[in-house]
Amino acid sequence: MAIEDDVLVVGGGVAGMTAALAAADEGASVRLVTKKQSTLRHASGLVDVLGYAPDGKLLADPFDALTDLPADHPYALVGAEAIRAGLERFDAVAGELYRGGHTEKNALLPTHGGTVKPTARYPASAAAGLASDDRDALLVGFETLTDFDAPLAAEHLEAAGVPFDARGATVSFPGEPRADAKVTRYAHALDEDADGERGRLAARVARVHDGEPRVGFPAVLGQEHPADVRAALEADLDADVFEVPMGPPSLPGIRLEYAFRAALDDAGVHTVRRPVVDYETDGEGRLSAAVVERNGQHIPHYADSFVLATGGLVGKGLDSDREAVREPVFDCHVPQPEDRYDWFRDEAFGEQPYARFGVDVGDDLRPRDEDGRIEFENLRAAGSVIGGYDFATECSGTGVSLATGDAAGAAAGADTQ
Amino acid sequence: MSDAESPSDDFEPIEVFPDEETPDLRPGADDCYKCSTCDTNCPVAEVDDDFPGPKFQGPEQWRLKRKEDASVDDSISKCSNCMRCDSACPSDVGLSQMHNTARAEYVEEELSKTSLTYWRNRILANYRTSAFLASKVPRIANFAMNFGPARWAMEKTLGVTSEREFPEFATETFREWWERQGGADGSRERAREARERRGEDVDADKRVAYFHGCYANYNTPEVAKSLVRVFEHFGYELVVPEQRCSGTPMFANGMLDDAERHAEVNVSSMGDLIEQGYDAIASCTSCSMALRQEYPELFDIDGIEDVAENTWEALEYLRVQEDLSGELAGAEVEDEHLASLAYHAPCHARNQGLDGQALELFDDLAGVDAEDVGDSCSGISGTYGWKEEKYETSMKIGEEMFDHMEDAEGEVGMTECPTCAMQMEHGTGYEIRHPLEVVAAALT
Repeated sequence: MAIEDDVLVVGGGVAGMTAALAAADEGASVRLVTKKQSTLRHASGLVDVLGYAPDGKLLADPFDALTDLPADHPYALVGAEAIRAGLERFDAVAGELYRGGHTEKNALLPTHGGTVKPTARYPASAAAGLASDDRDALLVGFETLTDFDAPLAAEHLEAAGVPFDARGATVSFPGEPRADAKVTRYAHALDEDADGERGRLAARVARVHDGEPRVGFPAVLGQEHPADVRAALEADLDADVFEVPMGPPSLPGIRLEYAFRAALDDAGVHTVRRPVVDYETDGEGRLSAAVVERNGQHIPHYADSFVLATGGLVGKGLDSDREAVREPVFDCHVPQPEDRYDWFRDEAFGEQPYARFGVDVGDDLRPRDEDGRIEFENLRAAGSVIGGYDFATECSGTGVSLATGDAAGAAAGADTQ
Repeated sequence: MSDAESPSDDFEPIEVFPDEETPDLRPGADDCYKCSTCDTNCPVAEVDDDFPGPKFQGPEQWRLKRKEDASVDDSISKCSNCMRCDSACPSDVGLSQMHNTARAEYVEEELSKTSLTYWRNRILANYRTSAFLASKVPRIANFAMNFGPARWAMEKTLGVTSEREFPEFATETFREWWERQGGADGSRERAREARERRGEDVDADKRVAYFHGCYANYNTPEVAKSLVRVFEHFGYELVVPEQRCSGTPMFANGMLDDAERHAEVNVSSMGDLIEQGYDAIASCTSCSMALRQEYPELFDIDGIEDVAENTWEALEYLRVQEDLSGELAGAEVEDEHLASLAYHAPCHARNQGLDGQALELFDDLAGVDAEDVGDSCSGISGTYGWKEEKYETSMKIGEEMFDHMEDAEGEVGMTECPTCAMQMEHGTGYEIRHPLEVVAAALT
């Protein structure tokens, strides 16, 4: 009777999917409930661990700086081995899609805005674009894809001090798509190559190509067959081809979403795409069910152990109004200054307190109430719903999700076995 | 504007406090931050570069419309109402609600009421009326509807594609069969017997009201009969209340007035039963979608929230109320026809969080191997794929599903949606079954 599993994970981002896989590895039956489609379509596809130290210094090796982090930082709570375990799980999911696993050191990747970003793993499609590589690069944009202005990005890259000459050029994409064509149209046209789009694009690029040994494109080079698309362009241009990660909707993010979904299917994890709006307890400090809203209907999903991985302010794992910031699913305590004018600083790029808002967890990742007592014995948190770190400033978003997701999921799974 | 400033004189709040009749679309438009994720999920925009996609049809068009001389763009009629954008949006924008409202406004203000397109759409949207008439003379209708010269004429004059074969009308409708089984009284008898057999309280309060929809009544009564058998097996007494079209084809054609008229009948008859303690169940996922989501989003009818909150998809109901998974795990299907099934999850099932349900239920069912054919849209979207000018788009969208069906083992398909089933059959020649038929084969 009823919908019942060993472990219920709430949240379908990297933290939730990682937690679900880790719990399934422990032998638990796992269900993942996600409010909407995974937010991976919003992710650049770069997998950061720690790009900047607390003093703002660019880090060559994220593991060198772990001891400098404040004691309530998620990394300080779970430790270096948990980060390594999270990355190992990621590598198993991403397989050939990703690079960077050969070293613990950060790689430097160009972004579509022309900045350079330190990251631990990057799509194989972006590999030839490394900013530490001293070969000159031509960046190519498409007239109808306004999110990537190649000449401007090239200028910014040079201003950032990259050790190579960067030049930008704009071409029209074969088939002349509409002015606001969605990114997947470019990707699918190149995947299918029905009207020879790969060759026609290469021919247009060849006209502006001046022998640069590598050529960068906005990250729309295929959804299903990115390696084939790149290989075809490389053969025609006689140069290495790379993708520059883009904003949403992001093809590297979509490819990663599919890789995670395949891994979840293999692990026997069932996924439900509806929001959790309430919970039930056994009256003795344990959660018994998460109540899933299904178009009006409220349906309890029972489990022995739960993982909260609903994301932060962006993913809507945290909700706020003028009165307070809340964790809306299990109503866990979110530490915050009482006066909302203390939530932020006036300097836009100042150290913003709100960026660190989130549930308060101990080293077992169990959320705690305002008196430091565990909220629910069988609830753990993972990813950016956890407070105590500013992922945007320190470039640690995916790394924290992997490390805490893996740790919370494994612990939740082990509890039920 | 910061909360410290007071609004200037030329600031005009728009529909923040709407009248009771019109849904307030302002919050949806404000919540959209233009991430375009919906556009990458739109099956129509995927194959038709001229279609501006859900972000434009929803929040952007709503904003443009604030200007007095702006009318709804005719591209709205290309939206197939698959509602995939709803579950894609990370920001809870009610995209399908905005599309339904814009489409209704377009039909009301831009489409000539004497045009053939209007009447073609109206006839397609009011499928129930045609089906009702045809069911009086099913054999003649089956012949006449697929009679070559007549179909040629229908395409030329009305724009109903002649590529598709009209679905067959059953020689006995489900409701006729239901009456022959003794109606509600017969069901009560059988349910009591089942409860006794199951060792349950014979007087247990297990009562459901079945919303069968038009298709299961006129075309595929075997789906409705399976539902009856399965629910009675679990000891439920059924009633089959008076009902009209759920409204799905009317929303998709911008005929909101027609839809509301039908909704009033449905809400009234289902609502009365819910008040008496019945739960409402549906076997068609577009019908359940309409009752659960579109009704409260679009209409203001007394009791509509109660109906929405107490309507269930049939298998979901049994999954939650009974040990359906357990019983299926202990059962076996001997019908070789059902041994390998290529399952397609309808868009409207996906949006109710039901896309994994059938496969999960049949995981441990001996004698059945169900395989997912991927997450693409079937492309027919009810009446959409029946329109001569949309047929090609519809088939292009369906291509991915057809390919995956061909790759799957076995040559029988499975889905919850009657028009998806039509498209699956049209694209592959497979026979298509409903999950309820499989459950009935396993348990009854």
